[in-house]
Amino acid sequence: MQQAQSLTQRLANPTRFMELSATLLPWLTVAAVVLTVIGLVMGFAAPVDYQQGHTAKIMYVHVPAAWLSMAGYSLIAISSFGLLVFRHPLADVSAKAAAPIGAAFTLLCLVTGSLWGKPMWGAFWVWDPRLTSVLILFFLYIGLIALRSAIEDEALAAKLTAILALTGIVILPVIKFSVDWNSLHQPASVMRIGAPKIHPSLLWPLLVMAVGLTIAFVALHMKGMRNEILRRRVRALRSAEVQMAAGAASPLPAE
Amino acid sequence: MSAFGELLKRDVLITWREGGAVGTALGFYVMVITLLPLGIGPDLNLLQRIAPGLLWVALLLAALLSLGRLFEIDLEDGSLDVLVASSLPLEAVAVAKCLAHWLSTAVPLALLAPVLGLLLNLPLDAYGPLVLSMLIGTPAVSFIGGIGAALTLRARRGGVLLALLMLPLFVPTLIFGIETVSSAIVDSGAFGPSILILSAISLASVVLAPVAIAAALRLQVQ
Repeated sequence: MQQAQSLTQRLANPTRFMELSATLLPWLTVAAVVLTVIGLVMGFAAPVDYQQGHTAKIMYVHVPAAWLSMAGYSLIAISSFGLLVFRHPLADVSAKAAAPIGAAFTLLCLVTGSLWGKPMWGAFWVWDPRLTSVLILFFLYIGLIALRSAIEDEALAAKLTAILALTGIVILPVIKFSVDWNSLHQPASVMRIGAPKIHPSLLWPLLVMAVGLTIAFVALHMKGMRNEILRRRVRALRSAEVQMAAGAASPLPAE
Repeated sequence: MSAFGELLKRDVLITWREGGAVGTALGFYVMVITLLPLGIGPDLNLLQRIAPGLLWVALLLAALLSLGRLFEIDLEDGSLDVLVASSLPLEAVAVAKCLAHWLSTAVPLALLAPVLGLLLNLPLDAYGPLVLSMLIGTPAVSFIGGIGAALTLRARRGGVLLALLMLPLFVPTLIFGIETVSSAIVDSGAFGPSILILSAISLASVVLAPVAIAAALRLQVQ
């Protein structure tokens, strides 16, 4: 009875989250799909760039992906802080669920940028400071996922990954600064197109896409957290079952 | 002698007396630098241009090889538990361990670099800045690398994982280390601001990294 009590206490908070997310998730999913489809259609209908042609439309996926790659890492850092300082039970679930989604958006950002770069810069990859820092951000995501998967003890893995995430968020601005600095000294590798004032006909599809993909991120993150909570419950039930079976096989000393 | 000094002395002595710990890193450094011109080709002008970058990247890889063992021996023989329980703050333990790594491994690597610079046709002006940039920059390598060593202590495939986690974090050190040497070659003797930024990175990592290392070690021994 004592054990059942503490188990429910530990699950109290996630339970409320499960109820809330169960009602929210369908709405978010529909909103994400509808907005992304509308954004893509608006993007295709938007006027064609007179210099870049249809290639410029990669922007409608690329820019939201870039924003979400950074937002994802910030989310992981905040969750890690919540885990280490406040020991919030959902913080680790959030950090763990956000890592693969953030990595996927970072990869999407890199791939779309590279596809845009081939016709525009003549190469799939240019050592532009922005590209380089996004690539390093991608490596940091991979590092977080790799460290977590390499440690067997889940509670230990969660806290060590949180330390790595916080170390990363401290060093990230320095990396950005150093990569920018490096480019100042090798101007040959930098090709920049002057930022034109963006016309509303191009801005609206971009905004709709940004909101749509952000809601998609939130929905995916919520679904990932739900899966993780369910997975942990199954594990807890299984280990309780094994303990019960072991207890029945070898009777405990009388209490 | 204080506990800090004793720990530092012990670690430097262990590294030097443990057969081949420093020798392996130095040998690896020589091997990488020997293989690179074979792959790139013997064009002396090209080698001279990329020499600072090659020497710095190879130094990072050689230092990473030895970083994996930083806390491993202490975990295996139980002395890590003693260190955690001792009156010396764990942050100070982390400083002593990383400082010992710097003294016993990073400094010899930095001193070997000019000899390898001969193989890459590094201009004579650059030898001083090269050693200086490495002596100033390698504390960042030892201390930031210490975070990786503490995090991967109980991980499977710890060594490869350490490289995967830490190499992206060495980017600022690498860029400003190479920049210091390059600016000295271009503008003979003048360092510019890059050496100051390199010092700042090293000092900041000496102060901040021990906090992360101590936090990780506390979790590892629980």
